[in-house]
Amino acid sequence: MLKGSLGLIALSSLLFSGTAFAQEKIKVGVTATLEGTYTVLGEDGMRGHQTALNVLGKKIGDKELEFIVASTDATPDSAVRAVRKLIEQDKVQILLSPLSGDEGIAVKNFAKTHPELTFVNAASGAQETTYVDPAPNFFRYNMDGAQWQVGLGKYAYETKGYRKIATVGEDYSFIYTQVFGLVLEFCGAGGQVTNRQWVPLGTKDFASVIAALPDDVDAIYLGLGGADAVNFLNQYQQAGGKAHLMGGSIMIDQTILSSKGSAKNALIGTIAASGQADTWEDPAWQKFVKAYQDSFPENKRFPSPSLLATNYYGSTMALILALRQVNGDLSNNQAKLKDALAKIEIDAPNGKIKLDANRQAIGTNFVTEVVDDGKGALFSKVVKVIPNVNQTLGYDPAVFAKIGLPSRTVPECKKY
Amino acid sequence: MARFIERHPAWALIVIIAVAVLLWLVFAIWPPGLEAAIGRKRVFLNAVLNGITLGGLYFLVASGFTLIFGLMRNVNLAHGSLYLFGGYIGYAISTWTGSWILSFIVAFIAAALVGVILQLAVFRRMEGQDLRQTMVTIGLSIVFADLMLWVFGGDFYQVQTPSWLIGPVQLPLLTAIKSSGEPVYLQYPLVRLVIFAASVVIGVAMWLALNRTRIGMIVRAGVDDRDILAATGVRIQLVFVLVFALGAGLAGIAGVVGGTFQSLSPGEDTRFLLASLVVVIVGGMGSIPGAALGAVIIGLAEQLGSVYIPTYAIVVTFLIMVVVLALRPQGLLARR
Repeated sequence: MLKGSLGLIALSSLLFSGTAFAQEKIKVGVTATLEGTYTVLGEDGMRGHQTALNVLGKKIGDKELEFIVASTDATPDSAVRAVRKLIEQDKVQILLSPLSGDEGIAVKNFAKTHPELTFVNAASGAQETTYVDPAPNFFRYNMDGAQWQVGLGKYAYETKGYRKIATVGEDYSFIYTQVFGLVLEFCGAGGQVTNRQWVPLGTKDFASVIAALPDDVDAIYLGLGGADAVNFLNQYQQAGGKAHLMGGSIMIDQTILSSKGSAKNALIGTIAASGQADTWEDPAWQKFVKAYQDSFPENKRFPSPSLLATNYYGSTMALILALRQVNGDLSNNQAKLKDALAKIEIDAPNGKIKLDANRQAIGTNFVTEVVDDGKGALFSKVVKVIPNVNQTLGYDPAVFAKIGLPSRTVPECKKY
Repeated sequence: MARFIERHPAWALIVIIAVAVLLWLVFAIWPPGLEAAIGRKRVFLNAVLNGITLGGLYFLVASGFTLIFGLMRNVNLAHGSLYLFGGYIGYAISTWTGSWILSFIVAFIAAALVGVILQLAVFRRMEGQDLRQTMVTIGLSIVFADLMLWVFGGDFYQVQTPSWLIGPVQLPLLTAIKSSGEPVYLQYPLVRLVIFAASVVIGVAMWLALNRTRIGMIVRAGVDDRDILAATGVRIQLVFVLVFALGAGLAGIAGVVGGTFQSLSPGEDTRFLLASLVVVIVGGMGSIPGAALGAVIIGLAEQLGSVYIPTYAIVVTFLIMVVVLALRPQGLLARR
């Protein structure tokens, strides 16, 4: 019965909407971490994506975009599985994927096996993705983890007067890249990083990690995200921790700053750096925040978009604008689209973005400090805005190549 | 004890030496050489205490699991779902009423009710058919996981610790002596100690109930020989339902505990199912003291591992399981 009536509806919609049926669709596959430790990040990423569609619309000339969403859990194999499913089962032509660092490296490698398709990175930020052996059909409109830390090391050393710090981070590529950026700048300025602790993604019990934090340092840098960050803060509060904190880009972010409970208050006054700042007064940013807030009811979103929402917004925006430039022409292995994507400069909410020769974003970075808005909500306040940050962080490419790739121990704490 | 020493003098010596070394490590002030070799004493003491308190949580989950297995011989693979369900209920109650204690009571009752329904609607219909029970409970755990994802979403929840439990307390354990001669005592999160104490109380109460009461006698008799017990006129199905309710309720309580010092999110159900499987395999299927021993061993292995060999911390747990399975497949404290 149900099947029959569904069929009838389908049939009638076919008959009555002849024009809509004739319209060609462009299928885009989207992945986000809607499971596991980074669930909240994935959910807000999708909100950013939806905001972009609300602002820009889904029409490309006389064609319409159709989005198919697949879920991942921040592991590389889940990302490849999702992307493969989107390509093979759903026959998508373009991918907006993935969210997390290790996923990015895996999807970039996978992109090489499908040179005819176009991959637009959604939000992942490992350096290796676009720096080592980049895929010609993989485009990234957000900066990598190291670019997102530009300005933090100097600010900590010069303004805050921190001389010795220790780091705690999740044990995977994105956080390696973040610590890479931090260590280069902080040690370059003359600071010391005495200890780097790495914890597996998805750690629940941080009590021993907290106990092992050194107490002879000026500040502790936290490179955690999602559920890990909340667990850490909760247990840090229970253990009575009182050190100065510094935060990575997904640690000092609305995904954590608007979590429930009082543990997040340990972050007030924490300095961080990221590809955005919640309270930036730039009109384009304010417009984006408004569009985000208007797109969802108040209890279904954060007070202000997270870094993930901003990244998904930016990558969706770049894709739609490039598709419009070529009028949705995907012939000849999408050559025109790829060309347009490589050349496009977008006015993203978090500043102008253009791509380098590796199809990696050059953009604006923000040093921030966490403030309480007086009503118990926490926001990241702009301290410094740094435009035109490139992937080699202003270093000469030859010097930069000598530093090595981000890992648990690279870079060494010295001036390069 | 004496018999053990007579039978295995070499093992007994090793155990005594190990205990002595441990006691020395806990109570003595470490000489500088030792601190240089394996790090500060504060870190070690914290890791040990964390391991024991984490073991308390594992015990709460695994004791229900092992109780149900011991009596009914069914492996309830939906036990992790009961844990997560209890946690979510506890979260809802504590945010609604603001009472932490009440959230435990309600979570216990709610999870116990689900347990009763499971026993009446599922296990009773397929008594003695291990494979069918296993498949059905795997299926149920997937259904429960999706239902909970539907209701509670993918967000992570934390049960608010009551304000009188937040923050550290000073323990009478010396970690170091400052150069001024002033002793430094260990600071430790109060909430973990309270939770550990509670799990010890629950464990002792369960042991007493099993060994000193009439109902416990019936349960123990049921573990040994169900059919004869039923033949003596005991209403065995009622006992099954009670035990299942108790086991499920304990998992529910554990969910609130886990939500308080860790967090609740989809995926926690399988994590705790796996943890309780490992604990029960190490300790011995069906044995409550075995679950306690297994829980402390696994908790310590996880925490000491995460401090001293962070890269391989996850492996250690399974290594212990493999060693136990190889040397003593029935588990450390199993009777049979």
